[in-house]
Amino acid sequence: MIAPAQPMIDIRSVTKRFGDFTAVNDVSLAIGPAEFITLLGPSGCGKTTLLRMLSGFEHPDQGDIRIDGADVTHLAPYRRNVNQVFQSYALFPHLSVWDNIAFGLRMQKVPAEEQRRRIEEVIDLVALRGFEKRKPTQLSGGQRQRVALARAIVPRPSVLLLDEPLSALDAKLRHQMQLELKRLQKHLGMTFVFVTHDQEEALTMSDRIAVFNQGRLEQLGTAADIYHRPRTAFVADFIGEANLVDAELLQRNGNVGRVRLKGGLEIIVPLDQWPEGHAKAVVSIRPEKVHVSKQPIKAENVFSARVEEEVFQGALDRLTLVTDAGTRLHAIVANESALLEAIHEGDQVWCGLHMDDLVIVAAD
Amino acid sequence: MQTIGLPGTAAPHARKPGLWGWLLLAPMVLWLLLFVVVPTGILAVYSFCQRDDLGRVVFSFTWDNYVRVFDPIYLNILGRSVAYAGLTTIICVAVGYPVGWYIARRPAGLRNLLLLLVMIPFWTSFLIRTYAWIAILKNEGLLNGLLLSAGAITAPLELLYTPVAVVIGLVYAYLPFMILPVYGSAEKVDNALVEAAHDLGAGPVRAFSEVIIPLTLPGIAAGVLLVFVPAIGMFAITDLMGGARVPMIGNVIQNQFFKARNWPFGAALGVVFTLMFVFTYLAVQWHGRRSQR
Repeated sequence: MIAPAQPMIDIRSVTKRFGDFTAVNDVSLAIGPAEFITLLGPSGCGKTTLLRMLSGFEHPDQGDIRIDGADVTHLAPYRRNVNQVFQSYALFPHLSVWDNIAFGLRMQKVPAEEQRRRIEEVIDLVALRGFEKRKPTQLSGGQRQRVALARAIVPRPSVLLLDEPLSALDAKLRHQMQLELKRLQKHLGMTFVFVTHDQEEALTMSDRIAVFNQGRLEQLGTAADIYHRPRTAFVADFIGEANLVDAELLQRNGNVGRVRLKGGLEIIVPLDQWPEGHAKAVVSIRPEKVHVSKQPIKAENVFSARVEEEVFQGALDRLTLVTDAGTRLHAIVANESALLEAIHEGDQVWCGLHMDDLVIVAAD
Repeated sequence: MQTIGLPGTAAPHARKPGLWGWLLLAPMVLWLLLFVVVPTGILAVYSFCQRDDLGRVVFSFTWDNYVRVFDPIYLNILGRSVAYAGLTTIICVAVGYPVGWYIARRPAGLRNLLLLLVMIPFWTSFLIRTYAWIAILKNEGLLNGLLLSAGAITAPLELLYTPVAVVIGLVYAYLPFMILPVYGSAEKVDNALVEAAHDLGAGPVRAFSEVIIPLTLPGIAAGVLLVFVPAIGMFAITDLMGGARVPMIGNVIQNQFFKARNWPFGAALGVVFTLMFVFTYLAVQWHGRRSQR
């Protein structure tokens, strides 16, 4: 999705400091209506602070935030048409499931009959039928999660904020909820802003991912964009796995150039992302893009290497390769033809790298 | 509370204590027997006795003491005691609740310091602190001196030996007993719950009445009990700061034992009084359990 013409959320040059610490550093981000966007990054990267500025619990020191066309930069949380699913769920322990869900509607003074109808509807939507009278302490983690979700969507906010809502669930339930959340978001046509440090979660659900590091927005794009075309070493490393190898430019030929990798291997790489005026950069090579075979391979870059280590992982084999020139690379190969052509430690193999699979990122 | 089928919420397995259990319990049981059960028993027995001319207790059964308790004079005093203790409790809630909440919301280090400040007065004898209040409130005392020299008043205010002084004394003495339990329950309120209330459209007032108050109700209830019950029976403050002009039920009981030497009647007052507490306590407990359901 390209940056939309009329964004639902428009964050402009927002900076937030806590004392000497700059939590969010000059971030601009436009989020479209009905978009599922994920703010992704390690803890302390500023994603949660940005979310809290959207919900109104924090206010920017600089810049401004518009939601649905209205300036909300300094608006109190209870005056915004935005609801949040909290990491701890924050269900009111003294209220039943029904009353928890009804809370927002009561605050909006929605007529009783309409309240009842909308709560019934959302209870069916999140499959909580039969639990209406329970207290939060009498629910499982997954059920609490769904109550928190129902409570936040029933007032029909223009934006739903989700602060790592799946982190307390076990792996299986988490996968299930990821798909449910995505389905729910499509069904409601609501803008979802989802915060997580889990890259797999981000790749599964998001229309677009905003990767944060040290308070800055490192890269914004679709899951495929960010995975295949990381712009910085941080992004390449944080999303998926990557061989990040220092490279020195030897020879330039239009859009293509010859580089020498750390260790000595020389390969041909695309230069469109090569930092202007620099002799050195980093090449990001996804381990699954390193083609390995005992037979000769056709690719722009072909070289031979020795298998230093092999770790069998069922469907996959993880290899550590040392090229004849002395460069070390990690590779992941599928185990489909294991019986015919098993690769073992100590084997000499052919390796191939397609130029399109090589991404140049700026050296840190 | 419904507990069926949910791990961790089932009632703990009831178990009778073994020999070791009883041995460990023994000091506690002995203490309760000696200082609670036996004295209350003696009081109950005395309340049905008579006294002779010298004030000695004569063991012959009578209802007279209980009849006398309901004499309008004593009902009046009891009414006044309830009113003063009630007013004290209301002021303690009004002052102590915000203080307890405020302390609970501070960072951990500051919180402990503030709690210490609340408790420091306990290091000084209660009587000395009450005398300090006399020094503050009397006609030529600290408060009047300040007000006079500031020109706020032209003649000293008569504060000491009035109902106002008694209520000031009671509030001062029992305020920590409101602050501490409120603090205890406020500290457990997750800040995310307050944020969730705001997030769902509740302004400060609605968030307070719909979320904060219900969640800190156990603390308020405990504070009310801890303030109201002892305040109603207090006699030292009414004696010292009320100048015996505004006796409360505690003073009457004390007088029956020490001055009038009518132990049986004092005992009857005490028994009625104790029963009142028991009923108040049960009512609060019952209400608490009902509001949890």
